[in-house]
Amino acid sequence: MVVMKMKFPFQKRVKLAQGLWILSWCATVAGATTFTLGCILKTELRRRAEVMDNQDIHIVPNTLMIVGLASLGINYFASKICQDALDAGRFPRWKNFLKPYFAVSCFFTVLMLLAVIMSYAMKGSLESSLKAGLRNGIRFYKDTDTPGRCFQKQNIDRLQMEFQCCGNNDFRDWFEVQWISNRYLDFSSKEVKDRIKSNVDGRYLVDGVPFSCCNPSSPRPCMQYQLTNNSAHYNYDYQTEELNIYLRGCREALVNYYMGLMNTIGAGVLSIFLLQGSVLVSLRLLQTAMEAVAGKENTEIETEGYLLEKGVKETIMEYLDPVLKFLLLKNQVEEGSAAATTTPT
Amino acid sequence: MALLPVKFDLKKRVKLAQTVWFMYWFAVLAGVLVLSMGLFFKIELRKRSELMDNNESHFLPNLLILMGLIACSINVFGGKVCYDSLDPDKFAKWKPMLKTYLVFCVGFNALLLVTAVLCFLMRIPMQFTLAEGLRNGMRYYKDTDTPGRCYMKRTLDLMQIEFRCCGNDNYRDWFEIQWVSNRYLDFSSKEVKDRIGSNVDGQYLMDGVPFSCCNPSSPRPCIQAQMTNNTAHYSYDHYTEDLNVWKRGCRDALLSYYGGMMNTIGALVILVTMLEASVTVGMQYVHSSLCNLANPEDPESESEGWLLEKTVKETFTDIMDKMKSMGKGVKVEEGEPAVETVS
Repeated sequence: MVVMKMKFPFQKRVKLAQGLWILSWCATVAGATTFTLGCILKTELRRRAEVMDNQDIHIVPNTLMIVGLASLGINYFASKICQDALDAGRFPRWKNFLKPYFAVSCFFTVLMLLAVIMSYAMKGSLESSLKAGLRNGIRFYKDTDTPGRCFQKQNIDRLQMEFQCCGNNDFRDWFEVQWISNRYLDFSSKEVKDRIKSNVDGRYLVDGVPFSCCNPSSPRPCMQYQLTNNSAHYNYDYQTEELNIYLRGCREALVNYYMGLMNTIGAGVLSIFLLQGSVLVSLRLLQTAMEAVAGKENTEIETEGYLLEKGVKETIMEYLDPVLKFLLLKNQVEEGSAAATTTPT
Repeated sequence: MALLPVKFDLKKRVKLAQTVWFMYWFAVLAGVLVLSMGLFFKIELRKRSELMDNNESHFLPNLLILMGLIACSINVFGGKVCYDSLDPDKFAKWKPMLKTYLVFCVGFNALLLVTAVLCFLMRIPMQFTLAEGLRNGMRYYKDTDTPGRCYMKRTLDLMQIEFRCCGNDNYRDWFEIQWVSNRYLDFSSKEVKDRIGSNVDGQYLMDGVPFSCCNPSSPRPCIQAQMTNNTAHYSYDHYTEDLNVWKRGCRDALLSYYGGMMNTIGALVILVTMLEASVTVGMQYVHSSLCNLANPEDPESESEGWLLEKTVKETFTDIMDKMKSMGKGVKVEEGEPAVETVS
C-alpha cells in the first residue's frame, strides 16, 4: 500500500527541484539558528550553575546543538541532490547514498521534536535541582572565608537583586539559617548568647534577611531586621506589608525565567522542525519521481512519486531488519561458539 | 595648473566610477550608523532624565540624527550620479548640478567634523547637569508620597545598584540630607526628637545610607546604619572598611558611562567623516574627468581629472573675487534706486 502517491509531469518535477533547492538553503539557515539557540540556552544555564545541584537539564541545549549541526549537513546534501536530480547523467551516483541518508535525516528530525518535548518534561528535574542548589547557597551564604564557597554570598545577593526574589520558597528561609558569619558576632554580648542558646544546633538565628531582599519600589526605607516584630518599627505591620522586601521565592523566579526561555526556543524549534520535515518529504517525492524516469529515453514523461513504497509498518521493519540481523547474528555466533567451547569438555 | 591631476582613459574612468559607486553604498550605511547612534544616545538620555533634573540638553543627539539623515540622502544621490556617469546621455542631465553638490558635500564634511569635536566636548556641560540633578534627586528621595516625585526613590535605588555607586561625590552625601520620610518617624520617641533638635533645619539626619549602597562583594552582612560609630558593630572600623558600601560617587559613575559612550560615538563620527571626504574626492575626480574629454564628441577618449582646477591659492583668490563682485553687484543695485529716488 503506497503512501502519498502523486503524479509529476515534467514541469512539476522541475518546479519541485527548484523549490526544494531554495527550501534546503532556508533550512540550512534554520539549522544554524537551531545551533545558536542551543548555545544561548546552554550559556544561560551555565551562568547560574552555582545554584543548580545537577546538570541534567543540559541535555536539552546539547541535543539542540547536535541537531543544529546535523541539519546543516542534511540540508547541504539535500541541495546537492536536488541540483543533480534533473540531470539524468548525474543522478544515478546518489542511488546507494539515499537510503541511509533518509534514515539518518529522519532520526535527527525526530530528535529535534524530542528536544522540544524534553524541555517541557524536564521542568520537574530543573525545579528539584534549583531547590537543592538554592538551599546550599543559602546555607553557605556566611562562609565567605571558606575556599570554594567564598563567592556564594556575592552570587546569592546578585541573584536576589536581579530576579527580584528572596530565599528559596520565600523570605522565611532566611530565618532558619545562620547567614551571619561567626567572625562578626560578639560572643560576649548577652543578645548573641541568648540567641545561640535558643536552638539545638547553637546557631545565631535572626528574623531578618540580607539587604539584597530589599525592594526598591517600597515607599519607606528597607526594614531588614526584626521583620516579625511590629513594635520594632514605627507604623509597621508585617502581615500586611507587601512592598518592603521581595515576597517571591528565587526557585519560582528562576523556574519561570528558564521555562519562558525554553518556551520561546521551543516555538522556534517547532517551526524549524516543520521546515526540515517538508524538505525531507519533497526530496523523497523528487527522488521517487526521478527514479521512474531512469533508463527511459524520453526524460520528459509524466511519472509518479510516492513517499513510502509499502505501508509505514513494513517500511520500518525493512529498515530495522538489517540492524536486528546484525545484532542477532552476533549473538547467534557468540552462542554458537560458546556451545562449541563448552561441549568438548 | 591643476591640483593633483591624473590621466584617465576609458577603462580607468569606468573603474573609478565603479569604485566610487561601491564606496557610496558604504557611505549610506555609515549615514544609517550615525542616525542610529544619535537615536541610541537620545534614548539613553531620556532613560535617566529624572536624574538630570529633566534639564539635559538634547542638542547633540538631535544634531547626530539630522547629520545621519542628510548623509544618507546625499550619499544615495551621489551613488545614483556615479551609476549614471558611465552613460554619457544620463550623465548630461546631472552635469550642471554637480558643482554645487560637491561644494555642499565639502560643507557637510566640515559640519560632520564639528559634530565629532562636539561629542568629545559635551562631557563638560554634562558634568554640571549631573551634579545638579543628582543633588536634587537625593533631596527628593524621601518624597514617595508627593506626585511627580514618588518614583525618585526607586530610580535612585536602581541606579545605585546598577552603576555600583553611592551618593553624589561619595556616601557621606547621604549623611547631610533627611532621606527617611516623616511618615515613618515616631515623633514621640526621644531619639527622633534629639536628632531633629540637633540641627538648624529640624531635619532627621543620620549617619546611615540606603540599602542600595550596599556592596554584595562584602564578606559581612551590610552595615547601613551608625556607620561612623565603631562601637555599634563588632570588629568594625569605618576608616579601614572599604568593601561594605560602594565607595564611588554616582556623578563619577554616570559621567564615565556617558563619557565613554560619547567618546565612542565621536570616534565613529570621525571615521564616517573620513569616508565621506574620500567619496567626495572620488566624485570630484569622476566629475572633472568626464568634463574634460580630449575629444568632446568621442566618449571613449582620454581625459584628465583633478582635485582643484587651479592651485589652492588661486582657487582661494578666485572665491574671494567672486564674493567681492557679488557684493559690488548688491551695491550697484542699491545705487540705482537711490539714483531714481533722487531724480
